[in-house]
Amino acid sequence: MIKSMKINLKVWRQRNADSVGNFADYTVEASPDMSFLEMFDVLNEQLIENGREPVAFDHDCREGICGMCSMVINGRPHGPKRGVTTCQLHMRSFNDGDTISVEPWRANAFPVVKDLSVNRSAFDRIISAGGFISTNTGNAVDANTILIQKEIADEAFKAATCIGCGACVSACKNASAMLFVGAKVTQLSLLPQGKPEKESRVVAMVNQMDAEGFGACTNTGACFAECPKQIPLSVISTLNREYLSAKLSGK
Amino acid sequence: MKLFSFLFTSSIGRKILMSVTGLSLVAFLLVHCSINACIFFNDHGKTFNEAAAFMGNNWLIRSAEIGLFVGLLLHSFQGLYLWASNDQKRKQKYHTTAGNSNSKWYSRSMGILGSLLLLFLVLHLSHFWVVSRFTDELSETGSNTLFHKMSLIFQSPVIVIVYVIGCISLAYHLLHGFQSGFQSLGFNHPLLNPIIKNFGIVFSLLVPLIFASMPIVMYLGWIK
Repeated sequence: MIKSMKINLKVWRQRNADSVGNFADYTVEASPDMSFLEMFDVLNEQLIENGREPVAFDHDCREGICGMCSMVINGRPHGPKRGVTTCQLHMRSFNDGDTISVEPWRANAFPVVKDLSVNRSAFDRIISAGGFISTNTGNAVDANTILIQKEIADEAFKAATCIGCGACVSACKNASAMLFVGAKVTQLSLLPQGKPEKESRVVAMVNQMDAEGFGACTNTGACFAECPKQIPLSVISTLNREYLSAKLSGK
Repeated sequence: MKLFSFLFTSSIGRKILMSVTGLSLVAFLLVHCSINACIFFNDHGKTFNEAAAFMGNNWLIRSAEIGLFVGLLLHSFQGLYLWASNDQKRKQKYHTTAGNSNSKWYSRSMGILGSLLLLFLVLHLSHFWVVSRFTDELSETGSNTLFHKMSLIFQSPVIVIVYVIGCISLAYHLLHGFQSGFQSLGFNHPLLNPIIKNFGIVFSLLVPLIFASMPIVMYLGWIK
């Protein structure tokens, strides 16, 4: 028989970006096998049954790959476990009777839409600024016509596993987006298809990152520690190196 | 000048300037520490005074001193700017924080540690640098040398404690700053990374330890 857990929640409630938010206290009966988001589904059903407004939170695939879920759980983006998104976090990681505080991602660049849901379109605008490759359209070229060294392909793939959830910004004391931008720049500049535009790309993406109001990097490493995909800090040094060399060549 | 304007306008440019000036200051610390360690010859400061006189009279070193001060000012002002501006990037702060679970406290406290160091430097420069460069109080030989000035100043237990606190701030500032400087420059190499990390730790502990031992041994009268 599955034992039920009593969880006390302190959830951030905020009507919209302009209103002042505050914590609301709730109690939920949860199963240890529930995911954190399923526990929130139970909470919302309770609230709806009692005629109260449910808590707004972002979610989509619930498989840890879409980058939609967020939530700062007890002060940590995506909760206490390493390399795990909120949707893949299970209630067995907590104890019966625990009080859990849940806040939204906090950064000027990520304004609160409602409750725990924040607007992460700043990331989309950084990608639009340069996070792509330009190719002529036409028939798809056979993938094996351009040979790529296995180590390079692996390194690019590692950077490409970034799901753009924004936990790095949320964890950083400066609300810096450099792990995200570093991952995108590294992924594209390592591969032959991305090389021709690598200098203009890094400058455009960094300019957009600064314009969105993200902070500078202090190299504390908090972003890597909280990243659900464990994107390494080396992508930030690659970003710095690419930016420096683009600037010194007059871009 | 346009080529280098990014050092003052972009977030990465600013970090690159912090790193270049910071690593230059690290190089200076090595020279400063080596010269001062001459007091440990325990020859009434003879070797130390000779080394100090060489540093004071060599035009190449005096020119580098100007570069050192420019670097120090750039590092300080840029650091204070970054500290203030980064702090503004999250106007609504978190109510629950768990900083120690994802980073070291000193890596998050570079602004505080740097400010302590700046305050310490004002005191330290007024004790020795201002006196030896701008007044006739000291001579290179005799009974009124820089070495004598050192032993005089380190008679006060309060000053010795302030110097030791300055050295502790320096050690923590370096523990993060040394390897962070290489990261900001985009330096990343599978073989050299562990060397930078380990050398950084040894440097960050050893240099401040040698510095801190100087006021202590002079106060205790072990070096005369």
